[in-house]
Amino acid sequence: MNHIAVKNNERLSLTSIPRSDYERFLEHNTALLDDSANHCVTYFGVPEDGKIKLICGIANDNEHNIYLSCAEINRTEILPSFSKHHLAFQVFERELHENFGINFSDHPWLKPVRFAFDRADKDSCIEYYPFYQSDSVELHEVGVGPIHAGIIEPGHFRFICNGEQILHLEIQLGFQHRGIERLFLEKKTLLQRTTLAESIAGDTVAGHTTAFVNLWEALCGFQADDELRFTRTLALELERIAVHTGDLSAICTDIGYQLGNAVFGRLRTPIINFFQQWCGNRLAKGLIRAGNNHFPFDKELGIALKNMLDQYKPDFNEICQKTFRQPSVLSRLEKTGVVSWEQAGSIGAVGMAARASGSERDIRKTHPHDKYINLGHQPVIKHHGDVYSRVQVRKAEIIQSIGYIRDLLMHLPAESREKKELGSPAANSIVISLTEGWRGEICHCAITDQQGALRHYKIKDPSIHNWVALALAVRNNEISDFPVCNKSFNLSYSGHDL
Amino acid sequence: MFNTLKILFHHGRQSIPNVATAELPGIFRGRPVITNEKIDTAALVKLCPTGAIGSSPISIDLGKCTFCGECAFAFPNKITFTKDYKLATNSLERLIVTEGTNQPVLLDASLIRSEISKYFSGSLKLRQVSAGGDNSCEMELNACGNVNFDMGRFGIEFVASPRHADGIVITGPLSENMALPLQICYDAIPEPKIIILAGTDAISGGIFSGSPALNRHFLNQYKIDLYVPGNPIHPLTFINGVLDLIRTNPRHT
Ligand code: SF4
Repeated sequence: MNHIAVKNNERLSLTSIPRSDYERFLEHNTALLDDSANHCVTYFGVPEDGKIKLICGIANDNEHNIYLSCAEINRTEILPSFSKHHLAFQVFERELHENFGINFSDHPWLKPVRFAFDRADKDSCIEYYPFYQSDSVELHEVGVGPIHAGIIEPGHFRFICNGEQILHLEIQLGFQHRGIERLFLEKKTLLQRTTLAESIAGDTVAGHTTAFVNLWEALCGFQADDELRFTRTLALELERIAVHTGDLSAICTDIGYQLGNAVFGRLRTPIINFFQQWCGNRLAKGLIRAGNNHFPFDKELGIALKNMLDQYKPDFNEICQKTFRQPSVLSRLEKTGVVSWEQAGSIGAVGMAARASGSERDIRKTHPHDKYINLGHQPVIKHHGDVYSRVQVRKAEIIQSIGYIRDLLMHLPAESREKKELGSPAANSIVISLTEGWRGEICHCAITDQQGALRHYKIKDPSIHNWVALALAVRNNEISDFPVCNKSFNLSYSGHDL
Repeated sequence: MFNTLKILFHHGRQSIPNVATAELPGIFRGRPVITNEKIDTAALVKLCPTGAIGSSPISIDLGKCTFCGECAFAFPNKITFTKDYKLATNSLERLIVTEGTNQPVLLDASLIRSEISKYFSGSLKLRQVSAGGDNSCEMELNACGNVNFDMGRFGIEFVASPRHADGIVITGPLSENMALPLQICYDAIPEPKIIILAGTDAISGGIFSGSPALNRHFLNQYKIDLYVPGNPIHPLTFINGVLDLIRTNPRHT
């Protein structure tokens, strides 16, 4: 047995993870990925006794398990790479290289991930990053960013083009790096860590904070009651509706369709205003807390939410019908920015972008938590992998989420009278927490030391995988279609850069 | 065509008529009020995640506060958050709310450069730079221009090029990796130009304060024209703050 199977949010003693030598570790994990029901949710290194302990987590969608295994290596060893066998590992190995200076003999491209402040090679700087180049006199390069035209986060895009046609896009991120993973260890109070979780990506507050609190409660051996589970599930689904709606608005902007931009944009407003009505913050900061709920969801809020959705839905359907029947809209969305099912699988794409390319991957179904356990969620799948498929997934997921919220509202949780003590984290433990945010799979992983203090904290935003999907999507497209392709993924810079 | 008109018609006018007097629905954590009630000061100071609470007298620094509201839950008789969203000011001292007072947050007229109202009162074009921002303030700045808040009606707009801008709006705690791009962008804006810090992360570093991945040196070089507290900023906080800065009006003291 080369691995141990755990459930989502199940605490495990660190020593129970089977350890093997690196060759067997590699063989085992890359072989697991030959089965398309498996994918890598986390793979990282932890310094231990002068060595690096590598821990790999492979999730199995059918058995709802995560297979954990580990190996110990020296920093100076030159290792054969996992990526040689499966490209989905590429970003994890780049991160290992960047953080610890571990070298791989056959990794395709050990490109810097985010120029973390504690990177191994301090001479490698974001200012002097050498972009991939082509010497051809017929091709030219276009550099965009880090600061973009609109109000969005920074990142650099370097295109190699033949006339108007994109042959290659290289994306360089890291501008947003704030050292979050390290801060999780340095900031000692639970409230500080919760605030950090809320700030990983401000568009995914419910997603990342749910991942954090579920993990923390698992470490503490705390069972969340119905009210807490309700709050998290409702917040996740509201966040999904809000961001998806905003994205439809932004996609309309990028194709110059003003009516869609205005109407989808205004439909997002009551959703985020509802968050404020409920918890005092339009993006749900302050709402989700480990072992505690400050904002009981009462009947009155239930009625307000139901009425709001009753108004939202017909308006939403109407503007969808109008927008997606316009030939001028469809011609910009269909067959633009295609990611095939094979490509999505090979790079380990997750979330709604993967589902738009025919993948079934959705944590709400495969590793359910909170209220999803009883929801019987069926992922929305589209097959063309183009911008229009990503639009259609959003549209269908909005309608699906409205349905889920209506179901949730039928059984409002009783306000918990007796407050259970949260307790403190168990020693020498590891927990992996998976959450399906609106963008896709979020993975948090924590390891505690002998005293139960946090020893390692690892965050994986869905964008980590999906930025590569964007680079593949724009190949052979017109460069003028880049904005709409980019928006159709709407990936996180801060979630990637941490 | 007919359908388009129908849709426009039944959505009706969506903009908030008066951005200075609009009431927010439900709860909102705006300007805090601190009473003179005696409490366990050490416990209160300790619970704040960003060190925003000071002692003797007890105070909250809006430039550090993440508006998590936890202090008010722990000491409900001591601290309450009002729905007053007018939190922006141009001096760091005025960001500090002390116990026993219940005063609006105002701009200090003596600190407003005369060229600001001369050039920008009717038209202000801003370039936004996110320097480690988590995309929450960025989304709210975008919302300032949407059909609900409609900041464009006051001549305030975000523009793509720093060459077209009259000032810069910075979000995020100022990451080291954005230090150079931020400086280049600021240098590209023609004089006279203003600097606005939007959100707690930008004003003080917020929860990231002290992180070795930041480089806040940029802020030591220039006078900051407006601090807009919030996590994220509320669009009405931003719009009112900017209007107070560029228009000579009674909210100055
Ligand atoms: S609301 Fe502000 S002052 Fe109160 S605990 Fe939170 S950050 Fe500190």
